[in-house]
Amino acid sequence: MSWKIPVIVIGGYLGAGKTTLLNHLLRHADGRRIAILVNEFGDLPIDSDLIEAEDDEIIAIAGGCICCSFGSDMTAALMRLAGLSPKPDYVVIEASGVAMPGTVGASVALLDEFILSGIVVLADAERITIQANDEYLADTILRQLSDADLIVQTKIDLIQPQAAKDNCQWIATHNSRAPIIPTTQGKVPLEVILGIQRTTLEPQLSGHSDAEFTSKVFSNISACDPHTLAKNIAIGGFGVIRAKGFVESLTGQTYLIQIVADRYDVKEFERAEPPAIVCIGLSNKLDIKKISYEIARAI
Amino acid sequence: MSKNTIFIAKKIITMNPSRPEATHVAVRDGRILGAGSLEELTTWGDYTLDESFADKVLMPGFVEGHAHSMEGSLWSKVYCGWFDRFDPSGRMWTGVKSVDALVERLRVAEAALEDPSAPLSGWQLDPIYMNNTTLSRADLDRVSKTRAVGILHASGHIMNVNTKALELAGMLKPGLNHPGIPLGADGFPTGELKGPEVMTPVGPFVGYERNMLDADDTGLRNFAKLCVRTGTTTITDLASRMDDDTVNMMLRVTSEASFPIRLMPFRFFLGLSSKELIKTVLALKTRATDQLRMGQIKIVVDGSIQGFSARLRWPGYHNGAPNGLWYIAPEQLSEILHLALDAGILVHTHTNGDQATQLVLDTLAPALQKHPNPDHRFTLQHCQLADAAQFRTAAKLGMCVNLFANHHFYWGDEHYKLTVGPDRATRMNAARSALNSGIPMAIHSDAPVTPLGPLFTAWAAVNRITASGRVQGEEEKIRVHEALWAITMGAAYTLHLDNEIGSIETGKKADFAVLESDPTACDPMALKDITVWGTVQGGRIFPVADL
Repeated sequence: MSWKIPVIVIGGYLGAGKTTLLNHLLRHADGRRIAILVNEFGDLPIDSDLIEAEDDEIIAIAGGCICCSFGSDMTAALMRLAGLSPKPDYVVIEASGVAMPGTVGASVALLDEFILSGIVVLADAERITIQANDEYLADTILRQLSDADLIVQTKIDLIQPQAAKDNCQWIATHNSRAPIIPTTQGKVPLEVILGIQRTTLEPQLSGHSDAEFTSKVFSNISACDPHTLAKNIAIGGFGVIRAKGFVESLTGQTYLIQIVADRYDVKEFERAEPPAIVCIGLSNKLDIKKISYEIARAI
Repeated sequence: MSKNTIFIAKKIITMNPSRPEATHVAVRDGRILGAGSLEELTTWGDYTLDESFADKVLMPGFVEGHAHSMEGSLWSKVYCGWFDRFDPSGRMWTGVKSVDALVERLRVAEAALEDPSAPLSGWQLDPIYMNNTTLSRADLDRVSKTRAVGILHASGHIMNVNTKALELAGMLKPGLNHPGIPLGADGFPTGELKGPEVMTPVGPFVGYERNMLDADDTGLRNFAKLCVRTGTTTITDLASRMDDDTVNMMLRVTSEASFPIRLMPFRFFLGLSSKELIKTVLALKTRATDQLRMGQIKIVVDGSIQGFSARLRWPGYHNGAPNGLWYIAPEQLSEILHLALDAGILVHTHTNGDQATQLVLDTLAPALQKHPNPDHRFTLQHCQLADAAQFRTAAKLGMCVNLFANHHFYWGDEHYKLTVGPDRATRMNAARSALNSGIPMAIHSDAPVTPLGPLFTAWAAVNRITASGRVQGEEEKIRVHEALWAITMGAAYTLHLDNEIGSIETGKKADFAVLESDPTACDPMALKDITVWGTVQGGRIFPVADL
């Protein structure tokens, strides 16, 4: 299998906190080479202390990350990124405030060099329900939310806990499949946004986080049908936000499984790896028992 | 002292209300000394009498307030449109009426290509007229199996490609999951690509590079030739990205002694923050010349009605399609309008749907209270679905409107049947309502979306005939003289150029449309058939015959 660069689409209306989240990712990149694609170098999305060098096309960021603008031609910008050496480990696309992140994601999926690794939509805790009642914005906001694999409710420090719960309930009426993660200042573990690093299959959560997350490794997985297992973990309602791991098929082939919320991807892997799966979820939602049971009964 | 030239014409329609007709016009240094009788004009001193136009009718050079210079570049590709259309060299291309005819035309062009790896590209295909026939890659494979073939639709948002093109782009595989990529029964793409994001990966392989919207030298000169053929002497490029290379090219080409048009490019709003946009456009303004009027902004607020991407107010699309897309966030629109009013920069906003128009009205009102500017002339471009109330508000706010009269002819039937339904289709591009509201109005072609031709555009607004031959919206027809005003003074006003062009009167540029007959004397249905002899621009004579 040739390595495909995972692409994460970050959507959400203006002011939802996309910039803050991007800076959080860059600050805690910890060796990951992240390429950020922004719609335009508007009001520069990158904190100035992170910038090493910049020209019209590209901003170099401490730790090997970069930021490029794509104007109106995202596909062309992605194709340029695919030609970089070394290639970025992750591409994060900041969709414009009025873009439909699902459409952006569908375009990514067309390009052989990339794999869509999740659509993350940010919802401003204070304003999301107001925006959803705006005559001009309502349908845009709801369509953005329904496109999401993960929803990050930002700025929860500005509202009462009950209001945050109400928001979650309301969001769930428009997208019942996406886990909703509460944050302030974009503090979400990188693995939740970007997916689990390809090199490590250990419990790991990097970057400060407001919500409590659990990362759990499941090993001792017997040979089974990788597609069925991936599907069951993804749609089982076990609170899995991200999962990644290797599973051996009944024919002895190693498969790579990647999961974001209820979406999963299963591919043959080029070499044998010991079977193991890392799952990440909110601590109060991740049902380790049921996942263990699901893995144990896999055939 | 420079010598005066006095032109005699069969008739001069001046568009100057205080002297609507004349027989002579005197020109000095590329500007008009006066229009009147020979006796009156000889009072300006020595002159040469030029009788070239003795049997012609002169009008002010036409002003096209909404076109794109890429029309000039597209003619390097194969014309595949339904309607007959002439190219910059004057060759009339007959319309393509069937898939077989399309394949045949492309085969002829294919045979003329020497490089076996060169792509073959076509443009302006409009399957709406072929009973909405869906083209497949198999059709285009009949043109070539070894050469990439790509045909851009008239909308500019859909492309059909052949198998080879898909193969080169790595998209010849089953199971692609994208709303813009229809799949055949075999699970492979049919070759139809809907939307810019799915056209881009294939574009470079079929001759549509990513910068195809930017004009090049040849394209701009071809664009200018089309202007001469249609009597146009001032035209917009709405919009251009205007990077340094493009600006330098435009400055070079427009300063050529034989370049026959005044070009007014608007800077596209995308790609810069609002503050940077203002800074950039102010800098462009300082580099503007007489022939290249830089320093304006174009904002696109929504998409297109036939593409179901325009933003509509209730009750939305007639066929139940979900509402369209915003191409700019309301906050960003507001920010640009505030900054532009403050900086004194002209802004034209593309709004096709009536909700998009309403957003601009709602956004401009508070911006004007903050930055009062009674003569801003911000213009609603297309504004196809505006109702009388919106025109009244726009007029009160000091806005102008540039209606898409040609669109009504080309797609009016579709709008009636499918997109917005009979009621709203009947009042689309409601020129009568606009004029009644007092809003300054222009009408346009949006070339290359429809062919450039101000007299055709005037015909469309006067007769409101659709492609099927129906009159759609009798009550929204305007009079011939109103339409002629719209393609001269009306458009000039929306560009803040009405003090320089748009009429034949003292002090203005010597810009004329030279016509073989009188548009005010003919059957209104014949308006579009008036032959254009050529133009005079800045006192220089450009006969069509010499192009």
